[in-house]
Amino acid sequence: MKIVVPVKRVVDYNIKPRVKADGSGVETTGVKMSMNPFDEIAVEEAVRLKEKGVASEVVVVSIGVQQAQDTLRTAMAMGADRAILVLSEESPEPLAVAKVLKAINEKEQPGLFILGKQAIDDDMNATGQMLAGLLGWGQGTFAGKVEVADGRVKVSREIDGGTEDVSLALPAVVTADLRLNEPRYASLPNIMKARKKPTETLKAEDLGVDMTRRLTVVSVAEPQQRQAGVKVGSVGELVEKLRNEAKVI
Amino acid sequence: MSESVRESMEFDVVIVGGGPAGLAAAIRLRQLSPETSVCLIEKGSEIGAHIVSGAVIEPRALAELLPDWQDRGAPLNTPVTSEEMLYLTETRSLRVPMLDRLMPHMANHGNYIVSLGEVCRWLATQAEELGVEIYPGFAGAEVLIENNRVVGVATGDMGITKDGAEGPNYQPGMELRGRYTLFAEGCRGSLTKQVMEHYDLRKGVDPQTYGLGIKEVWEIPAENHRPGLVQHSFGWPLDDNTYGGAWLYHFGENLVSYGFVVGLDYPNTWLSPFDEMQRLKLHPAFRKHLEGGRRVSYGARALSEGGLQAIPRLTFPGGALIGDSAGFLNMPKIKGTHTAMKSGMLAADAVVEAMQTDRVEPGSYTQRVKDSWLWEELRTARNVRPAFAHFGMKGGAVYAALDAMLLRGRAPWTLHFKHQDNETLKAANLCEKPNYPKPDGTLTFDRLSSVFLSATNHEEDQPVHLRLRNPSLWKTVNWDVFRAPEARYCPAGVYEVVDEATAPALQINAQNCVHCKTCDIKDPTQNIDWTVPEGGGGPNYPAGM
Amino acid sequence: MTALVLLDHEEGRIRKSALSAVTAASQLGDVHVLVAGDVAVARAAAAIPGVAKVLHAADAQYAHELAEPLAALIVSLAGGYDQIVAAASAVGKNVLPRAAALLDVQPIPEVVSIVDAETFVRPIYAGNALATVRSSDAKKVLTVRGSAFDAAPAEGGSAPIETVVPATNPNVSEFVAVHLSDSERPELESARVVVSGGRGLQSEEKFHVLEPLADKLGAAIGASRAAVDSGFVPNEFQVGQTGKIVAPELYLAFGISGAIQHLAGMKDSRVIVAVNKDPEAPIFQVADYGIVGDLFEIVPALTEALN
Repeated sequence: MKIVVPVKRVVDYNIKPRVKADGSGVETTGVKMSMNPFDEIAVEEAVRLKEKGVASEVVVVSIGVQQAQDTLRTAMAMGADRAILVLSEESPEPLAVAKVLKAINEKEQPGLFILGKQAIDDDMNATGQMLAGLLGWGQGTFAGKVEVADGRVKVSREIDGGTEDVSLALPAVVTADLRLNEPRYASLPNIMKARKKPTETLKAEDLGVDMTRRLTVVSVAEPQQRQAGVKVGSVGELVEKLRNEAKVI
Repeated sequence: MSESVRESMEFDVVIVGGGPAGLAAAIRLRQLSPETSVCLIEKGSEIGAHIVSGAVIEPRALAELLPDWQDRGAPLNTPVTSEEMLYLTETRSLRVPMLDRLMPHMANHGNYIVSLGEVCRWLATQAEELGVEIYPGFAGAEVLIENNRVVGVATGDMGITKDGAEGPNYQPGMELRGRYTLFAEGCRGSLTKQVMEHYDLRKGVDPQTYGLGIKEVWEIPAENHRPGLVQHSFGWPLDDNTYGGAWLYHFGENLVSYGFVVGLDYPNTWLSPFDEMQRLKLHPAFRKHLEGGRRVSYGARALSEGGLQAIPRLTFPGGALIGDSAGFLNMPKIKGTHTAMKSGMLAADAVVEAMQTDRVEPGSYTQRVKDSWLWEELRTARNVRPAFAHFGMKGGAVYAALDAMLLRGRAPWTLHFKHQDNETLKAANLCEKPNYPKPDGTLTFDRLSSVFLSATNHEEDQPVHLRLRNPSLWKTVNWDVFRAPEARYCPAGVYEVVDEATAPALQINAQNCVHCKTCDIKDPTQNIDWTVPEGGGGPNYPAGM
Repeated sequence: MTALVLLDHEEGRIRKSALSAVTAASQLGDVHVLVAGDVAVARAAAAIPGVAKVLHAADAQYAHELAEPLAALIVSLAGGYDQIVAAASAVGKNVLPRAAALLDVQPIPEVVSIVDAETFVRPIYAGNALATVRSSDAKKVLTVRGSAFDAAPAEGGSAPIETVVPATNPNVSEFVAVHLSDSERPELESARVVVSGGRGLQSEEKFHVLEPLADKLGAAIGASRAAVDSGFVPNEFQVGQTGKIVAPELYLAFGISGAIQHLAGMKDSRVIVAVNKDPEAPIFQVADYGIVGDLFEIVPALTEALN
């Protein structure tokens, strides 16, 4: 079975994003970019499935600008076998990404797509679900555990207040949550070897996908600063306020 | 521990550090000898992540390295258009007249205000196009020496837990073996330190003296932005015994680079370079530039101020020191980028020659440096910084002016540095406590909110990379005599005294470290050993730094 | 204009966040709600004031709110609606993007404010920025953040209930089991209340003083990086930029000075209480309620007062 893992190049999770002064977006030029952390988890899971003998090949795909090549290299250094770079604008919308991935599916015919549950830049949390919808496949979103057996994949999903197990027919789409695994480091020898692994470069339009945005950004602003509240004199007063004013206890 | 399992790879040249020196050397090597395999490692998570500089740079070395740098889109976009040198009192500022005559080294005509981090990112793309292999996120942790020849470096192990055991994500380091190894770690490099000691490279030269530079980048309203404006100051808030001053540059898209350098030979144990830097922003000469703006990044880095007299032997069997690892910064000019690049280029020339003639030591590097403008520049500047150490700030300034106007740097004498920076602190009871104002949260800030803007981070589960050689010395020396100067000189809040009133103890918040190296320099007994943490750790400076 | 709200429920009760979704949808026009599952839930939905019609899908395939059949059902009903809305709950986030893809619509997740019928505000970069976006899709598909809209009242309405025909089940997924957390201590990231301690707790032993209070409030226990660095608690307790980002209803900070790294991890909490002996501690700048004093006196007193 082949596994395809889409990976996104995003502003590194250590960087505090800065809203541009003109409100047109978040500053990304000259900012450190890295692989979306949830995508790292997805790559790790795919590589583990290959190491267990469940998967035969792991293909990583990134859709975006040329520099996404670095992200693909990192994924290959973690153990992915080869990469596909689909050139488009930076950070395309989930709908367009899902359509590109659907086209990749026709080309690659994988048994499983594993995606990160969301990208930490636009926080959409949609691509995996949308891809599954377009393909008519089952979706195991927010996965905390993945087991492949007997032509099905069993996914333990993180839901409000617990977990839910679902069983999906293969092929299927899985999206990785934080606790699925702890991704490995891309070691230096593996990074060096990854330079020799193949990357195929395509253009979104060659795949026949319309990348036109459906959402236009009107403005981006920093959230309002929290204001200091009141100091209370006693525990009794605090409890009274929490009960009757804030109504949280 | 892991030597038996780690992999190794052979290169012609291994370069440690992706700053201007290392990148210039890498580019030069491939220009001269396209067949030479060059591997460059950088401990920052990406090229530029650990670069802090003013920076006004002189394009001289760049133009020699890549004459068509403008066509290649080098990010030198803000030419210096006007400049001022101010002498400050607490409330007033006096403009130094005839700057080009009194302080000709400060003349910035033809220079550019840049983000050095961006320049390095651009240099890295040039190097990669020439076939240099660049690996950011990997720290050189060990010098490989065989038969008294440096044969490369090993990167640090990854995934070692806090208590030193191999964690679940353990990856052994890798040996990067090179016929020649160039150390381009910047000021006070941790491997450079080992190489200097092993080959006794500092024998017969003055002790290196250092400064600590702390920088903020501000974004200000467009109507107040005057791109190309350069302002320097000396005087207040530092006293006459403390060398230092401030810069303020308008550059890029409504950005202002503001920073402050304090000579680390300062005597007052209560002095806090961070708080000096913060309070200077309240001075009318600085406040007017920053008011209405917002601070967007913060960083700090030590720099070498010793100049010519403190430059060590530059080569050893199997390699050389380049850039600020060797101390090529020109302090009176407050510039080190062009000298760092030039030294890297000269070392590359020497390495190519050594390769062709199969010599173990790229020895012609030293002579090449002495024959170049780099040496001439440092030679004429050599007495300025030590004059401040000898005569104080005012005396030093007068000396510097006389040196410039009458002697033109050709004095028949050379002033020397007598002390290492760690020897200059006075006991706490002999020093006066400065009265620093509380941060106002608008113009001035505390350490932790500043460190936050450096985006520094270290994998939590790893051994502390700041080590006390003798932990008991902290109480008897650092606390009892000096009242924990590290809590004040560290610009990142790494060192914290807990239980001050009852049982004072040192808490090391290693995660905050921004890799400035000040503690390695200034600790009174040099008891703090700055070792390299897991690769990729440390600050993540954005564009603008 | 009419919106269809997917009303998700748990153990026979409508989720509070789904009631917030009703409020959000009512800002756009008339509100119909879709209940997949038990008829009792459909009846409860009919009682929500402002709901004009309840669509009830009783078929067994919808019992566990699986995304695949539920998205198909929504698509089969979508023709008559201008907006499809759900809470940004585990169910809403699972189902709505799938339905949107089938409708060839780009969904708008986690809406916190509705500007007009085309324009919505949503957090990006983990809440570090708010984006106002305009959708060019004819039909809007959105999930809304519960904390941003008041919950609609549960009583007072009497909408008609209409049973809908099940859509074709894609039959690619099966429900196996659900495991609701039975641990007494909720997960830090999803807890309704978080009790957090900092350096002021002084030691690993003294940190336990927070436990009776957390028990009483059904709260998770968190810590500042300073407390973790000092070895009081393991790293997984850490709240902050480099730890976990939390946004509970109530966040109680004891002996935490409020370093910006910590604030970055909890500033989106609805109500923040701070107890610190230093009246200048930055935590008070973000706290709704503060007490200056000795936490070792205040914590037991507070625990007692909650009895």
